[in-house]
Amino acid sequence: MTELLVGTRKGLFVLRGDPGRPFSVAHRVFAGDVAEFADRDPRTGRTFASVTSGFYGPRVYWTDDVMADRWKQAEGPGFPEGSQSSVERTWIVKPGEVPGQLWAGVDPASLFESRDDGETWSVNEPLMKEREANTWNPGQGGLALHSICPWPGDPLKLAIGISAVGVWLTEDGGATWRTGYPGLVPEYIPEEAREGSNALCVHNMHRAPLRPERLFIQFHGGVYRSDDAGATWNDIRKGLSSDFGFPLAIDPADPDSAYVIPLVGAEDRTTPGGAVKVWETRDGGASWTARSEGLPRENAYLTILRQAFGTGGEGEELQLYFGAESGEVFGSADAGKTWFEVARSLPPVTSVRVA
Amino acid sequence: MVSLRPPLRDLAGGSSDVELEGSSLLAVLRSLETQHPRIVGWVLDEHGRIRRHVNVFVNGEMTREDLPLEPGDRVHVVPSITGGCR
Repeated sequence: MTELLVGTRKGLFVLRGDPGRPFSVAHRVFAGDVAEFADRDPRTGRTFASVTSGFYGPRVYWTDDVMADRWKQAEGPGFPEGSQSSVERTWIVKPGEVPGQLWAGVDPASLFESRDDGETWSVNEPLMKEREANTWNPGQGGLALHSICPWPGDPLKLAIGISAVGVWLTEDGGATWRTGYPGLVPEYIPEEAREGSNALCVHNMHRAPLRPERLFIQFHGGVYRSDDAGATWNDIRKGLSSDFGFPLAIDPADPDSAYVIPLVGAEDRTTPGGAVKVWETRDGGASWTARSEGLPRENAYLTILRQAFGTGGEGEELQLYFGAESGEVFGSADAGKTWFEVARSLPPVTSVRVA
Repeated sequence: MVSLRPPLRDLAGGSSDVELEGSSLLAVLRSLETQHPRIVGWVLDEHGRIRRHVNVFVNGEMTREDLPLEPGDRVHVVPSITGGCR
């Protein structure tokens, strides 16, 4: 049985089922609030949810029993006294590389760290000072730190992706930061303004765990690969039906793999031609193959958001799941070769993770 | 007296009316957080500002944090009327 954590505009859904047929709603919690993101820490089994109330603001909850109706509210993330910032939403919670450590990315773009399995959070001050001392412009979804890529086995190295100030890298556990900009091209601003611009709209970023110096980005117009830990980037969009999209996924067993779900460019943001296709590369982006068997082939204009594409397992048994703003969830249990409908008629889906 | 509606009422242990003391609205709301820690972060943000979509009325007048309060003042905490979005 597979368990999915599906965040929606109207609460978090726990879906359970066997791949190949629709899943059941096993539980719903945070009804009425936006469940921005939820994931389970595989080290502890603890589940985290980022929830935003339109009235009462954002908070992070955790539970050791995903079927509970009442989850524990974390202390934070919240900015310290002296900062003028307030947390608008938490985009991601990511396990770190030492016991008890988790990272969280929020809007306005800041990184928070927990050392007690997510019960309390403190801001990474060096990165916060970078933001407060410089001009960082938000994307349409806000000034979002949404991608956090730890380096397997090395807690000092971290890559983060921010919309819209690009890739930031640390090799000393967050004490100092530098940018990873070369190669990323902001084609959405005038050509004469691109040189030196920090207006780099990363939509989603993932690291290949078996070759940690390799990262992939779905960009706001373009797909990129880095082979030097995020210092420089190579354009790998050639062959895709569109270079726009939000999420990206990888097969942890294959450093040459990436999956994207192209959408018609920024002016539309729906699946091209009314057909839903996931595109896969197994050669680092040199070539792409459309995977659509079992997915809607006509009259389907879906929008899939950046956190709404999750994976479980690896290799031939890699499971892939994605959800749409129109409330459908689709899945594959054979690394994308075939797909099935997991759920329909959910509220707009904001995130999907395999628990 | 501070009147609360769901979900704040639930976070205050089911109390719809809470007797609190304080010389200003902010002091009363901080006192509310002290008595009912699960409310921390719901009405006031991390900087002690009333959240944008929360309305606080004192004796029927919508107001902000720095209003001085007198004994017997009646405080209502309600979500703002922001329907029609989603």
